[in-house]
Parts: sequence; C-alpha cells; structure tokens
Amino acid sequence: MIKLKKKIPLIDQHNKFGFYGNKFGGNFCAETMRKPIEDLSKLFEKLRKDRKFLKKKDHYFKHYLGGETPFFKLENLTKHLGGAQIWCKDVSAINGDAHKAYHATVNALICKESGKRYIAGDTGAGMFGKNLAMAAKKMNLKCKIFMGTKDISRQAPNVKFMRDAGAEVVPVDSGSKTLVDAVSECMRHYVSNCDNTHLAVGSAIGCNIFLKICAWSTSQISRELKKQLIKEFGEIPKLKLINVIGGGSSALGFWNEFIDFDKKHVELIGVEAKYAAPLSTNARVAILHGAAQYCLTDKEGQIAETHSLSAGLDYPGSSPLHGLLKDSGRARYTNASDKEALAAFKLITKLEDIRPSLEPAHAWSECIRLAPKLKKSDVLVVNNCGKGYKDKKIYIEQLGYYPK
Amino acid sequence: MKNSINNAFKVAKKENRTALISYTVCGDNTKDKSLQILNSISKDLDIAEWGIPHNCPTADGKDIQNSSYRALQNGIRLNDIFNLVKRFKRTKQSKPIILMGYYQMIFNYGEKKFIRKCKVSGVDGLIVVDLSFPDNKNFAKLCKKNSICFVQLIAPTTTMKRMKEIIKSSHEMIYMISTISTTGSKLKYSIKRIIKNYNIIKKIKPSKNVVIGFGITEKTISNLRSADGLVVGSAICREITRSLKHRQNPVTNVSKLVRKLKNKII
Ligand SMILES: Cc1ncc(COP(=O)(O)O)c(C=O)c1O
Repeated sequence: MIKLKKKIPLIDQHNKFGFYGNKFGGNFCAETMRKPIEDLSKLFEKLRKDRKFLKKKDHYFKHYLGGETPFFKLENLTKHLGGAQIWCKDVSAINGDAHKAYHATVNALICKESGKRYIAGDTGAGMFGKNLAMAAKKMNLKCKIFMGTKDISRQAPNVKFMRDAGAEVVPVDSGSKTLVDAVSECMRHYVSNCDNTHLAVGSAIGCNIFLKICAWSTSQISRELKKQLIKEFGEIPKLKLINVIGGGSSALGFWNEFIDFDKKHVELIGVEAKYAAPLSTNARVAILHGAAQYCLTDKEGQIAETHSLSAGLDYPGSSPLHGLLKDSGRARYTNASDKEALAAFKLITKLEDIRPSLEPAHAWSECIRLAPKLKKSDVLVVNNCGKGYKDKKIYIEQLGYYPK
Repeated sequence: MKNSINNAFKVAKKENRTALISYTVCGDNTKDKSLQILNSISKDLDIAEWGIPHNCPTADGKDIQNSSYRALQNGIRLNDIFNLVKRFKRTKQSKPIILMGYYQMIFNYGEKKFIRKCKVSGVDGLIVVDLSFPDNKNFAKLCKKNSICFVQLIAPTTTMKRMKEIIKSSHEMIYMISTISTTGSKLKYSIKRIIKNYNIIKKIKPSKNVVIGFGITEKTISNLRSADGLVVGSAICREITRSLKHRQNPVTNVSKLVRKLKNKII
C-alpha cells in the first residue's frame, strides 16, 4: 500500500522522475519534448512562488472568472431523499461554466510568461476548449483546439464558442474520434511545434508538469469550499465529497485541501462513467499520453475503446494522482451508467434550480444512491462542475425535454 | 551473430557509403505481406527497423499511423512479431533487425519477458520512442546484458549537457531526429543545419554510429549521405498506402522505392 505524505501538496509527492508512489506518472514522451517540458517545469516552479504572478492569477480568477462560486444546501433534494444533508458546490456558476476555466486561464497566463505566442489544447466535452479559446483571446494568444469529430458533433454549442472566440478547432478523425484521439493529436502537434507553442493539457493527465499545472489550478475549488464550510458549520463537519472523474481534474481541485484529513472525517468519492471506468473496475496500470496510470486496455496492451454519453468522461485513462489516491486508500471510486446519470439529472432538475451537464450528473447519481443510507448529521457535498446547456440536445433526445 | 549492427556500419563504411535503414511497421498490411516486403528489400538495406504497432502513437505522423492501423486491423500481436522476426532471421541471419515501439507495449508484456523474447527471436536492437534518458537507464542496461543494442534518440531540442550524457550512456548506435516534428513530416530545417547538428554529435564521440531519421525521402536522401546511416520510414509507409489504394502489389513497389533510395546514396 502506498502511503501519502502529510503536509506536502499532492502534486508535489513525486520522485525526481515524476513518479507518484513509484508507480504512477512519469514522463513517457519523445526526446523532442524533454527540453520544452523541463523548461515549463522550471517556469511553473518559479511562478507558483512568484507573488506578482499569484496576484495576477487571483485577479483573473476574481474579475475575469467571476470570483468565488456558490455553496448552498439543496433543501428539496435533502427532504426528498430523507437521509444525509445534501450540499452543492456550484462550480458551474463560474464564468466559463466549468472548472476547466481555472486551468485554461492559468495555462494562458503561463503561456504569456513563457513568451510563446501559440497555445494548443485538447478537449472532449468542449469545456476546456471553450475556456482556453476565451482565455487565449483575452491574452492575445493564437489558439488551436484539438477535438474528436464525434465530440465536435455532440458538443456543438461549445465548438461554436471556440470558433467565435477566434480559435482554430482541429477535427481529429482517427481511432474512436473522441477525447483520447484528440489528446494524442494535440501531443503530436506539440512534438512538432514545441519551439513556439505552449501545450495546455485538458485534464490532470500527461507528463508530470502538465498534471501539476492542472491540479494546482483547479485547487481553487477546495480553497473556497473550506472557507464556505467553516462559515456554514463553524468547523469542517463529517463530510463526503462526491465528484465525477473523467481525467480527474475537477475531483483533484475539489479534494486538494482535504487530503490530509482522516477519511472517516472527510471521505472522497470519485464517480466514473460505467464504460470508461479504469479506477472503479480494477483496470491495469498502462502508459497513456506520457504517464503510467490506471487505464483500460486489451490483453495486448492496446488502449481500449470506451463508451459514454458524456464526452468529458469518454476516456480510457485516469490521472496518475487518482492512481495514488486509490492505492493509498484515501479516495474510493465507483461508477454510474448513462441511464443512472440521466435519471439523476431528471430528479435534480425537478427538485432544484441547478442544471448540471452530463459529467456532474454522474456525481449526482452517486449522491442519490448514497444519501438515503446516511444520517441527518452526515454532510454530502457534490461538485456541480459543469453547466448543462452543452448537453441540451442529448438530454432532449434521451429524456424528451430540457427543463427551463 | 554478435554485434551485427556494428558490423553493418563497418561494411557500409568500407564501401564508402552511408548505411541505409528502412522503417516499416510489422504486420502492415498483413503479417505475411510485411515479411515479404522486408525479405524483398533487405538486399538493399544495411539494417531493418520494424515498428511494433500501437494504437496511441503520440510521436507518429499520419503515414506511420496508417500503417499501424492496418497492422492492428489485421490482428498483429507481439508474439506474432517475434515469430516474424524469427522467420526473417532464418534466411537473413546477418541482417540486423531493430524493433521500434512505444513503452506501453513492452511494459504490458513485461520488460524481462520482452527482452528474453527479443533475444531468442534474433532482435539486434530496440528503439523505445517514449522511454527517454534518464528514465531508460535500467532498461538500457537490461538490453546490454542481453547483447541487444538500445538505441538512444537525440532531438534538435536536446541540450548540450543532456546530449553528452545520452551519448555517454548509449550503445553502438544513436538515432538523431532531424527536425522538431513527429515522424513523416517534411524536413523543416535546411540540410546544412541538420548536418551541423549531426557533426556536433559526432564530435563528442566519433566512434558512435549516428543515423539521421524523420522526414527523409527520395528527394532529400542524397544530400544527407555523409551521415553514418539514414532511416527512411514514412516515405515507405506512404508507398504501401499508395500501392494498396491502387490495388498494386506493395512488395514490388516498395522494393522499387528502396532500390531507388539505395541508388541515390552509392
Ligand atoms: C463539466 C465537466 N466535468 C468533468 C469533466 C471530466 O474531466 P475531469 O475529470 O478532468 O474534471 C469534464 C470534461 O470535459 C467536464 O466538462
């Protein structure tokens, strides 16, 4: 069993080769990328200690992304389920509509600092793509977004945002035409253009530095939540923090400040899509997109195809940091099917005013399963990390309606 | 045959020419076809590189991706590759063969088991695209112990300090990536600049055999012939794609192409 280190940020618990628990992560990349990622690591380590940069980042988070996102109790849902108290950290209220706004903005800021004029990123659900496109526009960078053709068609509203913001959307038509192929193609683009392009990886995946930048950026969520909890409860109550897992960036951000708590005090629960669930189905460790991680493969070691209605979850791998949290026993992982996510959306939107996208609908599904089994003193918090507008068409196809 | 890679360079040097190295994907487009292709072109080659197809090839351009895709569609597996190497070596015992692939395929198979299989099948060298220095130290040692040449890569982005370390830890052959790119793009740098980079490496350790690869075609190959060796990959894979599209025999077409390449460097 791997042991977590106390008082050391999760992202920094790696060895000099970028491995967490000597098992997850690393830098499995082409020689051509080694120098650029080393430069980026140095720059990031400098910037995260640089007062001026941090001030600038906070300024952007506050004024460009709209500041603290709300935290509130879902009274109707709580009453309906009749068990634990259910609270919502509504990250979808951010300007940019999803947690991806944080690390898109940070990546654009880092790109600016590096002196590079081009930024490239991958996207599945289009949330990272859209936010990167907007941040690039704001900071005067030329932006390319790589996206599978299947996702371009199922997440059309976000594609329009990207194009309107002036980004070039590069369709990726290889393999399963989804996120896994988009990430591969984006990495190829970087291998060929690393002299003038900054690579912004869309989740907490990839070579060591990319997942560090990502999880560092999204940790804003748990910094806010900690304060909000203390304000509401006067302390950190007995908690369960439920978060959907695609690559795992929102969960890492949601959990970061609570890693050192005992799991009986603050339990961390990750919810994957049922047919894209390496962490909750005992997948093997594999190397994908530059890092060792729990990943779905076939016997031969080829990367397996996944299936999810949710483009953001349709990915065979998982963040190396989630491998670490799983093997150390700090977090536990489960999954929800398309059907369960849709049913959750139906119930939540009937009772409450939030409109989650398909990704957080998976987290809500676990919340609905769990709440009735718990006591009133138990507090469940769900990260409602994305807005539903992008999935309106899918919801209408599947449920026959999209609530007002 | 011990040290057949070194030997291949020696032979080429004696004939006062660069060594010609092909890259094709094992199993493209079928297991037998890929062996037929290699058998047919080997008379014009000094060393053969065979790609292990992977479905997430993050450092390959479109041409090699297509080849890998065809091979995987036709069901190639690692054990097939070892068998094909064995069959190739049965008739071409002294022709060095290098397997090139992504670390995931080795990791999944098990490093030790993989190297043991390489050894018994007659594999002479290995290139692992995404296992770079210093992460490859242990694996390279394991190769050496089993008389397999672990080929290190050097890119245009590699710093001088790093280059020296890589060369120091390298075996008899080093692979220099010509330009900042994946496989299969055009040469982005001038020939002069590529040769300059090559000379930097050679100067650090003249005894190492340094080959240049990525983006070399019929058009550019003769300009680079001062190198110890030249690798042509995507251009060959492209020819296989073209042949299949026109329902022509890739074996004859690829053989013609490799003959032409050879004629440009002698
Ligand atoms: C709203 C939302 N939630 C979750 C995800 C899954 O990614 P991650 O697990 O990295 O947060 C996405 C991906 O696009 C998303 O858009």
